[in-house]
Amino acid sequence: MCETCGCNITHGNVELAYHPLEGGTTTVGALNRLLAANDREAAHNRAHFDAHGVLALNLMSAPGAGKTTLLEATIDALKADFRIAVIEGDLETENDAVRIRAHGVPARQITTGSACHLDAHMLHQALHDLPLAELDLLFIENVGNLVCPASFDLGQHRDIVLLSVTEGDDKPAKYPVMFRTADLVLLTKVDFLPHLDDFDPVRAERCLRELASDAPLYPVSAKKSINMQSWLSWIRDEIISVRQALPQAAVA
Amino acid sequence: MHELAVCQALLAEVSQIARAQHSAKVLRVLVRLGPLSGVEARLLARAYPLAQAGTVAENSELVIEEAPVHVRCRDCGAESAAQANRLLCKDCGSWKTEVTSGDEMLLVRVELEQAADASRPNSDGDINAGRHAAYGGNNV
Repeated sequence: MCETCGCNITHGNVELAYHPLEGGTTTVGALNRLLAANDREAAHNRAHFDAHGVLALNLMSAPGAGKTTLLEATIDALKADFRIAVIEGDLETENDAVRIRAHGVPARQITTGSACHLDAHMLHQALHDLPLAELDLLFIENVGNLVCPASFDLGQHRDIVLLSVTEGDDKPAKYPVMFRTADLVLLTKVDFLPHLDDFDPVRAERCLRELASDAPLYPVSAKKSINMQSWLSWIRDEIISVRQALPQAAVA
Repeated sequence: MHELAVCQALLAEVSQIARAQHSAKVLRVLVRLGPLSGVEARLLARAYPLAQAGTVAENSELVIEEAPVHVRCRDCGAESAAQANRLLCKDCGSWKTEVTSGDEMLLVRVELEQAADASRPNSDGDINAGRHAAYGGNNV
């Protein structure tokens, strides 16, 4: 994207933008992202997070990969050091928000009805109910879906994609758009690995690299507390790096 | 199936451009989509008639141009065609590549019926007026 005005016109596509006129018609070259309105609202959300020095992490996966269980264990491990809140996206029910609140942190449930993803507007509405000034870390648990959430920026700082070992190890090859967005991939439920003969973590990582992704891939089990330290350290480092990128006044 | 939501967003952008040009009728909308955008061309085309009903773009034609996947190697510098789930350099086999084409989800061009009153700003057929109107939409 053009740094000066935000347009998408580059040397490679400039010829597409201009077109000779025919009588009685006007042609307007645009080259806007189709989701320009969502992108603007996402940028607005990000500005809110930055103004309050809050790290926003977007968790995405197939349904049942263990997002909520991971969050429960993560909150227990980090809540003494950081002020945490969670936004939960589901088609129906308040169940996940209830589970999160039981760990002593605020949770706001977004029920999307039949919508298969969160968008920046839904997130913005939910943010009104959360005390951003009193937070360090916001988790957004997106709707369980490896397709649609990949296309909608919410204003998060980082994307985390979970792949549970009870799914196929070729999931990154099947859902390239989703796995390409990941800043970090968590291989979850690895306590099951000894019982599974058809999930090869090496193959999963190879499928991820074939998407030209250099995202770290951490095998974890939230239930059995396996290798959670690498994930928790990653969060601590990200909190520091997001704060360092902010003007000093915002962090105070 | 998020293509309906994408289509509604597309039509909101198109309507905004038509308004800026004081045009009451959109004739054709050209979109460029890559396989790595996460939007399916076929589904977007099916959603378009539902989303365009009752808008300034009712009865307009949606033209979708599909962008091929291309990568540039960060190791050897070669450019090559690739598959959406195999973004490797064809020359040296490295996975350290960047996508140069194939993740686009762009509204490229809007063709409008020209406004009757040609003396209004932005409606005089000057292509630059259109460019500025479209750029302006990015800055809201």
